[in-house]
Amino acid sequence: MLYEMDNNKQKIDESVKGKNSGSNSRRTEIRQFQRFTRLNRVLHFFMILSFLSLAFTGLTLKFAYTGWAVILSHLLGGFESARYIHRFSAVVMISVFIIHLISLVKMKRKENKTWFQLLFGPDSMLFNKKDWQDFTGSVKWFLGMGERPPYGRWTYWEKFDYFAVFWGIFVIGSTGLTLWIPETLTHIFPGWIINVATIIHSDEALLATGFIFTVHFFNTHLRPEKFPMDIVIFSGRVSLEEFKVDRPDEYRQLVESGELEKYLVEPYQPIVIKAIKIFGWIALSLGLSIIIWIIYAMIFAYR
Amino acid sequence: MRYRNLVISILFVAFYSLQPALGQSNDDCLMCHSDKTLTGQINGRTVHVFVDQQVLKSSVHKDVDCVSCHADLEGTDFPHKENVAKAQCVPCHDDVQTLYSEGIHGKAEEKGDPLAPICQTCHGSHNIIKVSNLKSAVAPIKIPFLCGSCHKEGAPVQVQRKIPEDHILENYSESLHGVGLLQKGLIVAATCVSCHSPHKILPHTDPQSTISRKNIAGTCTKCHSEIETVHRKIIKGKLWEQTPHILPACNDCHPPHKIQQPIYESNVANQDCLNCHGRPNLKSKDGRSMFVDAIILQNSAHSKIACSQCHNTVNPAHVRPCEGINSKVDCSICHATEGDQYRESTHGQLFAKNDPNAPTCEECHGSHNVLLTKNPLSPTFHTNIPNLCGKCHRKGEPAAVRYVGKEHDIIENYTESIHGKGLLKSGLTVTATCTDCHTAHHELPHTDPNSSINRNNIASTCGACHYGIKEQFAKSVHSVTFDKNNKKQLPVCNDCHSAHEISRTDASGFRLSIMNTCGRCHEKIAETYFDTFHGQVSKLGYSKTAKCFDCHGAHDILPVDNPESHVSHENIVQTCQKCHEGATRKFAGYFTHATHHDPVKYPILYWTFRGMTGLLVITFLFAGMHTLLWLPRSLQWRKQLKERQNSNTDITEADDNEKDDEKS
Repeated sequence: MLYEMDNNKQKIDESVKGKNSGSNSRRTEIRQFQRFTRLNRVLHFFMILSFLSLAFTGLTLKFAYTGWAVILSHLLGGFESARYIHRFSAVVMISVFIIHLISLVKMKRKENKTWFQLLFGPDSMLFNKKDWQDFTGSVKWFLGMGERPPYGRWTYWEKFDYFAVFWGIFVIGSTGLTLWIPETLTHIFPGWIINVATIIHSDEALLATGFIFTVHFFNTHLRPEKFPMDIVIFSGRVSLEEFKVDRPDEYRQLVESGELEKYLVEPYQPIVIKAIKIFGWIALSLGLSIIIWIIYAMIFAYR
Repeated sequence: MRYRNLVISILFVAFYSLQPALGQSNDDCLMCHSDKTLTGQINGRTVHVFVDQQVLKSSVHKDVDCVSCHADLEGTDFPHKENVAKAQCVPCHDDVQTLYSEGIHGKAEEKGDPLAPICQTCHGSHNIIKVSNLKSAVAPIKIPFLCGSCHKEGAPVQVQRKIPEDHILENYSESLHGVGLLQKGLIVAATCVSCHSPHKILPHTDPQSTISRKNIAGTCTKCHSEIETVHRKIIKGKLWEQTPHILPACNDCHPPHKIQQPIYESNVANQDCLNCHGRPNLKSKDGRSMFVDAIILQNSAHSKIACSQCHNTVNPAHVRPCEGINSKVDCSICHATEGDQYRESTHGQLFAKNDPNAPTCEECHGSHNVLLTKNPLSPTFHTNIPNLCGKCHRKGEPAAVRYVGKEHDIIENYTESIHGKGLLKSGLTVTATCTDCHTAHHELPHTDPNSSINRNNIASTCGACHYGIKEQFAKSVHSVTFDKNNKKQLPVCNDCHSAHEISRTDASGFRLSIMNTCGRCHEKIAETYFDTFHGQVSKLGYSKTAKCFDCHGAHDILPVDNPESHVSHENIVQTCQKCHEGATRKFAGYFTHATHHDPVKYPILYWTFRGMTGLLVITFLFAGMHTLLWLPRSLQWRKQLKERQNSNTDITEADDNEKDDEKS
């Protein structure tokens, strides 16, 4: 399977290497495959910022009985300041969500697809038969009973991550709104929804942060094959070699439809890559430290 | 001799017929009345009418006819009538009778007062002997008991009649006159009759009375002649100067019946003392300075008091009158109340045990330099009190070192407390200081039921200034008067406010610590509070959120079902609105003390929590399994990729090299 594509290698090498070969260094000439558009990356970036802010500010309150929460709370400037940051970040995250939805509509229009094609086509985020096949194939592969499945545009775990956020934003967002304007909402709803909203908001947030900082981080960075960091979500680019091997199904489709060329772009300069990596590391370490604090709180200080 | 029989007969007849004109003789009376068992009826009562001849013969009336006193029986036959009138002491003792009838006893008798004394009450009847005879019923030494039999505390006269003085006999017997007479047998000492006169006793309001204000000096000077010279040195200057050369009423300074040992010795004037003690280098045998600065004394509160009034064991008979002084001055000879209080207090008890650290009057008030407490220079001036007490009670000092209670760093804490800041930084002299709560002379540990800081008394102590709060608190659920059946120990002021660290209640330190305070008794509900938003924010250390007393009130806490309570159905929305302006009744339906651990009380929360936790567990279980299973494969994949990369690079380089070679 690794060597299946070699018969097309010649053709592709030329397109990858591009027109100017000779004077410049080899690396800069090798164009890369773009997996994520600029909008994708910008939105994800803001998602990270708001998510981390929400996590920091919110978890100090949830784990108010721990020592680290008190220190963190003071660092954030007090509970009123933390509240402000929390609500502001919530607005940012909801904006990210709305912009994403709008981008979906734009994409549909640009690619001249129907809703049906968008939602049930091969590049859709909705779960389909292939995902089930990929999942069972993966389990078999894990257990040594099969080969690595040919992953496509979106793997099942990426779709799960996506919908986790979808679900999270709805649940946490609505309960958060209840906690934001309880006086208004209790014109309609009884007072105890505030208590219920607290529990749901708090626990769902714990689920979200816990999941993202463990499972999602594993999927994207801590997986040995990607370790220490997969910067594709920031740079949008992945080397063609890697792409070929990692997403064989998608690669095959693009080659067959002849659309591969469309997605080949110049790589970023090393300085940019470095900046991306620094940002990535910061976000990663912040997330991991939160996980450590949560585990500490749950084991040693749980009430 | 023919007429001898006639003369004898005439004499005989004359003798016998003249007998009635001469009246009955005592022997006639005594014929019956010497019978010991003889009784008669007077107003329906049976009375013994035995007259002891011996007694009569040794009495002062031995030569008086019975019928002189029993005048209504004069000239009557035997046996005489029953219901004989009381014997009259007139006309022999006319003058005394007049005095008596003008006096209060006589007037009462005239009105028919059954308690009024008559001559016989005091003097006796057949047994009257000379006053100078020590056995007389009215001998001086017997007078107090004689008068006291009616005028002692509890006797019918004292109880039923309007006598302005009380404990008369008691006081008199302890007074100087009483001690002199009864203990020392000095029969010239003043007795009741010396001041009140024996027969014309009048109330002090009567201007003719011997004890009226106008006359009292005359009464006292009957014995104390020239008393004004004695008083000139000692008497309160003010009194003397108010009406110069006129003696004040003696009882202004010497309360009647309580006349005490005079607290001075005359003829030891201040100047005499200062002859020696005015020398700056005067020292005692053990090296202590004995110098007394007269200027300091002049400026002190005792400037008008003579040396010998305090140092009252001086003896003017000695060349060095102070020879006899062998103990410290006892301030309680004038300051009796404070002295009594001090003796009951812990300080006094230590002093009684000769504890070297026990504070004496001198230690706090000074001696010759004593100033009035309202003088800012006095060590007992309000703002100076913490320093004064701090001399022993500050950390490291003798009292603090031996203290075994729960309070610590008392002076330091007090200085930082709201009372301390008010007193010492703002100079507010009405603020509470040590002596306001602990009293000045009656300090006792809080375990003592008489202590001002005992649990049962603290509300009154604090309420002396914080009266409104005390009133409020008395109506609240925490007060002992609210529910008499409550057996639990209720909080008092210092349980919530601490003793020496009382701070402003809007200070964040207090607001945060109060939850621990409420939580000490209300454990469960405090725990649930900390599970809610308000509690979590508090836990982080911020006070700007609802605390216990923001909703429940502080001194006016009432049970929820009481409509006056801040958290009653009637008032709860208003209470929420204190911070949540738009709050409605539905908003107030929020569970302030909810917990998701209680399926019975809060089933919605319990099941929501369980559901969410379940979701969490399932998700992590699943994803965790996935991750763990992936891990080894992922490692393997990584290795494979590396190998492939290496071999690819070799091939690619080889290709390029070929191409380059081709080109060139």
